[in-house]
Amino acid sequence: MTRAELAPTDPVLHSFAAELGDRGLVSIAGRGTRWSAGGEIAPGVQILRAPTGIVEVSPAEMTVRVRAGTLVADLNDALAEVGQRSALPERGGTVGGAIAVGEDHLDVLGRGRVRDSVLQVRYVSAEGKIISAGGAVVKNVSGFNLPKLITGSLGTLGAIAEVVLRTNPKPSMSQWLVSCDADPQLSFNTLYRPSCVLWDGSRTWVHLEGHAVDVAAEFDGLRHVGKFEPADSPPELPAHRWALTPRDAASMTSVEGGDFVASIGVGTLWADRPQAATPIDAALNVVHQRAKSLFDPTGRLNPGRAV
Amino acid sequence: MLRDLRRALSRERVRYGAADRTLFAHDASVFEGGLSGPICFPESTAEVQDIMRIAMQHERSVVPRGAGTGLTGGAIPLGAPIVVAMTKMDTILEVDIANGVAWVEPGVVNLDLTRSLSELGFNFAPDPSSQQVCTIGGNVANNAGGPHCLAYGVTDAHVLAIEVVLSSGDVVTLGSVRGESLGLDLRGAFVGSEGTLGIATKIAVRLSKNPPAVRTLLLSFSSMRDAAQTVSDVVAAGIVPAAMEVMDREITNAVENYVGAGYPRDAAAVLLAEVEGLEGGVEIDSQRIVEVAQSNNAKSIHRAESEAERALLWKGRKTAFGAIAQIKPDYYLHDSVVPRSKLADVLESIYEIGARHDLMVMNVFHAGDGNLHPILLYDGRIAGELERVHAAGAEIVRACLAVGGVLSGEHGIGVEKQPYMEEQFSSDDLDHQERLRRSFDPMCRVNPGKVLPEGHSCADIQALRSIPTGVWG
Repeated sequence: MTRAELAPTDPVLHSFAAELGDRGLVSIAGRGTRWSAGGEIAPGVQILRAPTGIVEVSPAEMTVRVRAGTLVADLNDALAEVGQRSALPERGGTVGGAIAVGEDHLDVLGRGRVRDSVLQVRYVSAEGKIISAGGAVVKNVSGFNLPKLITGSLGTLGAIAEVVLRTNPKPSMSQWLVSCDADPQLSFNTLYRPSCVLWDGSRTWVHLEGHAVDVAAEFDGLRHVGKFEPADSPPELPAHRWALTPRDAASMTSVEGGDFVASIGVGTLWADRPQAATPIDAALNVVHQRAKSLFDPTGRLNPGRAV
Repeated sequence: MLRDLRRALSRERVRYGAADRTLFAHDASVFEGGLSGPICFPESTAEVQDIMRIAMQHERSVVPRGAGTGLTGGAIPLGAPIVVAMTKMDTILEVDIANGVAWVEPGVVNLDLTRSLSELGFNFAPDPSSQQVCTIGGNVANNAGGPHCLAYGVTDAHVLAIEVVLSSGDVVTLGSVRGESLGLDLRGAFVGSEGTLGIATKIAVRLSKNPPAVRTLLLSFSSMRDAAQTVSDVVAAGIVPAAMEVMDREITNAVENYVGAGYPRDAAAVLLAEVEGLEGGVEIDSQRIVEVAQSNNAKSIHRAESEAERALLWKGRKTAFGAIAQIKPDYYLHDSVVPRSKLADVLESIYEIGARHDLMVMNVFHAGDGNLHPILLYDGRIAGELERVHAAGAEIVRACLAVGGVLSGEHGIGVEKQPYMEEQFSSDDLDHQERLRRSFDPMCRVNPGKVLPEGHSCADIQALRSIPTGVWG
């Protein structure tokens, strides 16, 4: 294989790289569902859109190659046709946006973390070059793990153009349950592999997925924990996402100033107000700042935003 | 520098004798050319900080090391650096069931961790073949896998946070046990960085619940193609077993001679498939795997009938590499990944490459992940044999890359595959990998000369290599 063959051949990616160029302030917009994450974009920034389209769905490899501007909903529809699903949360946004933000799906226990599902990422660098990182197979330790660094970087290190994601088989059955008298931690401990267990201070929701016989067995096991009834869906989630230890999330009884929903066994909590910010450790901040200055020396990518 | 190191640790825990330096110049790989400086055995994070600061004052590099089981030369010291052996930091600090996490020191042995968690109903999922001796710190450095990573993911998916001493001597915690950690995933960047970004001193690993039911199937086939096709068809059918391992006839016979695990000796390939979960689903999935195997002309189908039989089958698989000694004194183990659907074609190429170089080739591999482990047998005492092994190895690597594969699935790049990095990545890609490395360690003083090929590597190791042996003695 020659060096020339290593560069991606997709002309759509090259057009995107040319559009982004190597100078001027730029930001990539998805559908704006998390547009203010990391701060407001600086004035005078050119807003671009990432290329769209699903390039290849490979259920036998449990992978999909998709361009960043594609809607997560469209991706999930295409995957559902072949009995697969992704780890990306579906909230009206794009694949690139979901990966740039890095938030997990509510069913993270069943679907896995977004950052573990990004096998390969092709992004346009601040210098306008297409960079390929990772590999299009499910297991790979060839070189430094740039896909991990790019996932969750809010577009501040490179403009995501295309990704290969690991997919997983769509379970044959999905059932939400709700209880008003079950202890959330005990519910979690009783279940083998729930996709999600939620707690709002008075009710516990459980999401069971898999073979019908397994879902029935897990449901049956919960009888000793509380009275669970089938539910149509999870509860409405408040707007702000907090990070707690799983123990603290499970022992939460109220959040000042509004409602909350806590994810048991995960530690994510949604509340009506933002979590108090914890200052970043100084030594860690040095690494953050060094990464930013190495990947984006002129500060042209997503100015105004900080991870 | 020796005086400073011994003052910071103790005389006994800073070794620099000729025998120690020779020993620590090697790891489990075949690579020569390592040159060790003083070997330090820290017992605390503070001592690792002291070592880093002393190294900086004396402008020396450092190389962290676990049990030395790495197969790509990742722990080989280049240019007489300080070797930081983490094996004395081997305490399981805390098992925190309520938070689903255990904090361990990096020198804890993989199997010791799983055994201690097992009593509580949990496990640490990555289970490399070397798990009886390899350390969690080494697993983090290499992003180690193992047979059971098909369903549960490799080390990265099971590490929530890492306390790291940076090359500056500062201590940082990467990742968090609090919820999902948003923002730059420096933890994810660190896992699999082969000891080049800093030294891990504490690791928070995720506790996985032990499965209520396990079913282990031993399937045999008259051709490797049928076995490989079965693996591909199982995944295409929407089944993700906990493990799917394939062994060819030659390695199967070696294993049978060695441990008598009960594998059929007459099959061209055997497939060990394991399904875990709740009883009902396990029964459904194992039955579907049997049907897929039958449709691919399975020669025999056997279910392990007891825990003892299951343990014996796995013992056979995990001791496969040891079993080779009865055939040839040396072997070279490769590691690459190809798309599952290409397994059969690539395996045919590998046997053909071996034959052309007059080398015996065996295959035992993590088929479910497409992770191949071709084994080239040789006798290192015969002049020219190792050179033929390297030549065949290069062709195998290229055959894997040609079908869209990658250089390594779980062993890493180390020094073994540095020259091939330019065949998987463009120079721009490698330049960005170096930027990641420099974000942590701008002067490239931690494990220099690894992973990135020359010209991209951030330290001039050639100059360091010229330091004469004995400079410390």
